[in-house]
Amino acid sequence: MSTTTLEAVTRGRVRRGRRRRAVLGGLTVAVVAIFAVSLMVGQTFYTPDEVFRVLLGETVPGASFTVGELRLPRAVLALITGLCFGIGGVTFQTMLRNPLASPDIIGISSAAGAAAAFAIIVLNLGEAGVSAFAIVAALGVAVLIYLLSFKDGVAGTRLVLIGIGIAAMLNSATSYVLDQAGQWDLQAATRWLNGSLNGSTWDEAVPVLVALAVFGPILLVQARNLTMLQLGDDTAAALGTRLERTRLISIVAAVGLIAFATSATGPIAFVAFLAGPIAARMVGPGGSLLLPSAVVGSLLVLLADFIGQFAFDTRFPVGVVTGVLGAPYLIFLLVRTNRAGGSL
Amino acid sequence: MTTEHTLEVETLTVGYADRVVIDSLDLLLPPGRITAIVGANACGKSTLLRSMSRLLAPRGGHVLLDGREVHRMPAKELARTLGLLPQSPIAPEGITVADLVGRGRNPHQRILSRWNADDDKAVAAALDATHTASLADRSVDELSGGQRQRVWIAMALAQQTDVLLLDEPTTFLDVSHQIEVLDLLTDLNRNRGTTIVMVLHDLNLAARYADHLIALADGGLHAAGDPAEVLTEDCVRAVFGLDSTVIIDPVSGKPLMLPIGRHHVREPGPTVG
Repeated sequence: MSTTTLEAVTRGRVRRGRRRRAVLGGLTVAVVAIFAVSLMVGQTFYTPDEVFRVLLGETVPGASFTVGELRLPRAVLALITGLCFGIGGVTFQTMLRNPLASPDIIGISSAAGAAAAFAIIVLNLGEAGVSAFAIVAALGVAVLIYLLSFKDGVAGTRLVLIGIGIAAMLNSATSYVLDQAGQWDLQAATRWLNGSLNGSTWDEAVPVLVALAVFGPILLVQARNLTMLQLGDDTAAALGTRLERTRLISIVAAVGLIAFATSATGPIAFVAFLAGPIAARMVGPGGSLLLPSAVVGSLLVLLADFIGQFAFDTRFPVGVVTGVLGAPYLIFLLVRTNRAGGSL
Repeated sequence: MTTEHTLEVETLTVGYADRVVIDSLDLLLPPGRITAIVGANACGKSTLLRSMSRLLAPRGGHVLLDGREVHRMPAKELARTLGLLPQSPIAPEGITVADLVGRGRNPHQRILSRWNADDDKAVAAALDATHTASLADRSVDELSGGQRQRVWIAMALAQQTDVLLLDEPTTFLDVSHQIEVLDLLTDLNRNRGTTIVMVLHDLNLAARYADHLIALADGGLHAAGDPAEVLTEDCVRAVFGLDSTVIIDPVSGKPLMLPIGRHHVREPGPTVG
């Protein structure tokens, strides 16, 4: 081995690592900034000093209620559901080697949303019951899609098409349940159809935080195995990756994140779908996308909620804004797939 | 230099769904040599290779590496001794050559362990050996077929295994790149003593480059041994159902098979020898 090659290899690795850290750092700063701004801005503006004092637990007239009870739970919920959607989405996309195979496209978010709506409206369950119901339904649908698309292995295209069909069925089920809700108000309806952070409470944030604390580290520890799956099953296995174990852990953990986040906010459109590809563009190819996608997901939800609340005369739920952002990318991917002769 | 490992197949039976592809096969892969596996389409060549590297579980029999059953070894431990380059590996979109070759280090890394100087050295050595060092920072998507195949071999080299299995490493390559890849594997075998087992389509290249030739027919062994003894007209007829004449390759002194079809055969008929 020549020393010039060794130097070039080391230099390249250090450069790519530096880019990754710079991007991650920049994204984190952006998330912190938008989080802070969303605590300050609203019908009444509170200075950073006032917000800080509220965060430290002091009683500040006006701010303690508005910031502490209204804005903070909303911003925290946006932050953590964004992390969940981002990491859950990119796990599926990486594992199935297909950007379209995101849980919000292939019906897993729809399953969690439909189950949560059913649990609240028809069964009158509490927070824990709703979350449990959502995760069981989402896992069930994930297994169902996997089995339906299994024929000499799972082909990406077949799984995506079956998933889109299942998503459509589940969305109509959600609409039917909402229709039965009678006095159910419009705001709650938009939550289960589009995803919304309106009226967020600490009670909603706690289960999501727990899910993030449990499933997030499980996935991060799996990150390298997950990137090995990108090489194809045979190559990954030949390099010592345990395929079935990696897949099982990834599916359960990613579905867990998606289901808990969805049961709190509804299926916030396209965040899981968009976070991975955006993160990939930013950090460059090669490394694991889990952490960057998580941060991008958070940034997307916080930013979209901020835009939805303040950019227009009318307030829009966060899912409407992310939906408008995500749809063009979905169309782009579908057109590109079509041009490539239908192979995903 | 590598340590020698014995790779054996004992009464191996492998199949998919309701079809038995390999039926109680016994094989010994000579350590430190180059073995080529040839046979007609769908005769079980790739299946045998996948089963030897435990991508497929056998229905019966064993694959033994140094007397240990490969299907019971820990995944990473096996992957530090035995490498496999499958027929159509997938390169993640946009990945650089150096990063892809670096993936070959996976079996040497623990969960959450940092990349270290040994990993860099292994990648650099693999790039040098395959003459791909100048491509290190390029994206794999931009490479030609020949370059790409060399990069995949570099990834398998970075794995630093003493036994390397390759499934049709020369497919889709033009003739000069085929020779380049086979020369590279020969270098690896001679310089490091790596045991190489490869499935090849081209009988003549197999006979030229292999020390040991295995001819499979209908999921079983037809013949195995020195290419000069294995590659005969009878063998080609039995394995491929094809008439041929086998002469001495004037370049290598190994056997050279010339097929005899229904057309373009000189009258009054083929002469042998």
